[in-house]
Amino acid sequence: MRIAVCIKQVPDTEARLRLRQDGRWVDEEDLPFVINESDEYALEEALTLAEKTEGEVVVFSLGPARVKEALRKALALGAHRAVHLRDEAFDGGDALATARALHAALSRESFDLILTGSQSDDSGYGATGSVLAGFFGWPHAWLVMGIDLEDGGGSLRVVREMESGMNEIVRIALPAVMEVQAGINHPRYASLKGIMQAKRKPQEVLAAADLSLDPAAVGAAGSRLEVVSVAFPQSGDGAQMIEGDASTAAKTLVEKLRKEARVL
Amino acid sequence: MSQDVVFQDVVSQDLMSQDVMSKKIWIVLQHREGRLHRMSREAIAAGQRLAAALSGQAEAVLLGAGMESLAAEASGYALAAVRVIDDAKLASYTPGGYVSALAPALRAAAPDFVIFPHTYQSIDYFPRLAQEVDAGLLPEITGFDDATGELLFSRPVMGGKLVAQVRVKGEGTTLLSVQSGAFSADAAETGQAPVEALASEEITSDREILGVEEVGGDQIDLTKAEVIVALGRGVGGADKLGPSEELAKLLGAELGASRPVIDSGWLPRDRQIGSSGQTVAPKLYLALGISGAIQHLVGMKGSSTVVAVNKDPGAPIFTVADYGIVGDLHEVVPALTAALEELSD
Repeated sequence: MRIAVCIKQVPDTEARLRLRQDGRWVDEEDLPFVINESDEYALEEALTLAEKTEGEVVVFSLGPARVKEALRKALALGAHRAVHLRDEAFDGGDALATARALHAALSRESFDLILTGSQSDDSGYGATGSVLAGFFGWPHAWLVMGIDLEDGGGSLRVVREMESGMNEIVRIALPAVMEVQAGINHPRYASLKGIMQAKRKPQEVLAAADLSLDPAAVGAAGSRLEVVSVAFPQSGDGAQMIEGDASTAAKTLVEKLRKEARVL
Repeated sequence: MSQDVVFQDVVSQDLMSQDVMSKKIWIVLQHREGRLHRMSREAIAAGQRLAAALSGQAEAVLLGAGMESLAAEASGYALAAVRVIDDAKLASYTPGGYVSALAPALRAAAPDFVIFPHTYQSIDYFPRLAQEVDAGLLPEITGFDDATGELLFSRPVMGGKLVAQVRVKGEGTTLLSVQSGAFSADAAETGQAPVEALASEEITSDREILGVEEVGGDQIDLTKAEVIVALGRGVGGADKLGPSEELAKLLGAELGASRPVIDSGWLPRDRQIGSSGQTVAPKLYLALGISGAIQHLVGMKGSSTVVAVNKDPGAPIFTVADYGIVGDLHEVVPALTAALEELSD
């Protein structure tokens, strides 16, 4: 089975954020980046499926030079090859523009299955995989919590999360795009051997011109959305912040919960 | 050509462009068990407000099988029309079915905005619909503002740590979804809307539905809990739950958790609070080490009193909290237990 995994490198969700000077995005200087959480689960799912079918996993990522680190990690975890879509023309794309570029890169070879995370922890459109499926004309599912191969690899039995604690089970024909939810599996750690091997695995870099893509159709230029500004949310009335060391703060809080909020 | 004729041409063009400028807004309503989804009513409220801001018209769109009573329910709102695609092939939701039903109608009517409730079902298919009809795609808005003369939408980014203001560029239709709780369902204006059939072409499915299952068998019902101690990623491990459990016991509270705690296996899935877990509204909600991603906030913001403890003063949980302590929960939790014990002595 030939499996492609699309991953995104995003700021570490634990990182303290600062705004860029122009106020339109976060300041990336000194910001730690990691593989997007649900994409890690997508990669693990791909590696497991490839092991079962003696298949190949090719990992794709779009982004600037720093993305190389995310791809190297994916290779260390067991992906066979990496493709880096790296071109200033790709930057700042919305879900449609990014999927258009990924589609061009993925179409150069043939895959049975494309896996990706359900949502990125930065822009959070939750849509790129679905749009990608649209470009291919393949079926897809979002928020996938289980994937099993059926009828000799011709289709998938897919568990997808619904609201209010229910899952729906569906059968989807391959080829398809599956957008994986965090929690579907337990992502492995990279072994020392894996890290060493990653250095020798092929990493390809592709620019818009390599994919015969019009720079006006991808990235910020090819997007219908433009982020005008970002800001820390206004807290409405805001929380009453309680100061002091742990013990003092705890005592003050208990007092307030009794006398102000009257919930104790 | 005389000046007069040219002048008349300009006038008629003006009239035409005025007509073109009358914005059309569609609201695609989700339903469950024969009733409108709560978030569909919120989407109606959003659509009515957007229509008012743009001096346009809002229309609702319903799709499914056997839609008479749902159409009647939707027609009780102040809308220019309720348009219904009623087809046996839409009895169960599939993205292929919904996209193939809506795409021709969208191409024909070319509304300026199509509003979806930001439910798991909508997110499963509406990006695909946007790609299909070559429309703009704007997921998860929490509001819009045209005070500056330009229409800007707000939506959470960085897991809710930041709010982005977004402009839609270019011509044509834009599909957008409205986050839960961003608009009040009670603000949806009632009225009397005409019900009309909406033509569709062949409806095709792209997945076979095999069934539904409950997640995690015996559900612990957190919805009735008066006090909830909810744990987030900041707890740091299954072996570090002890002090929080002790605090919960002292408060007579149920333990809840945000998604990362469940995914890491530190607590069972039936303890999850948020959009994919339970929606709770206790008297007192203690959020410990929870950053406050929007998916969590939608599940707990109905709580009467919210206390947040987090190391990061910028954590979005503080925006919905009544009381906040910036600090390490591993110090604050034992201190809280001690303060409560002191109280009962």
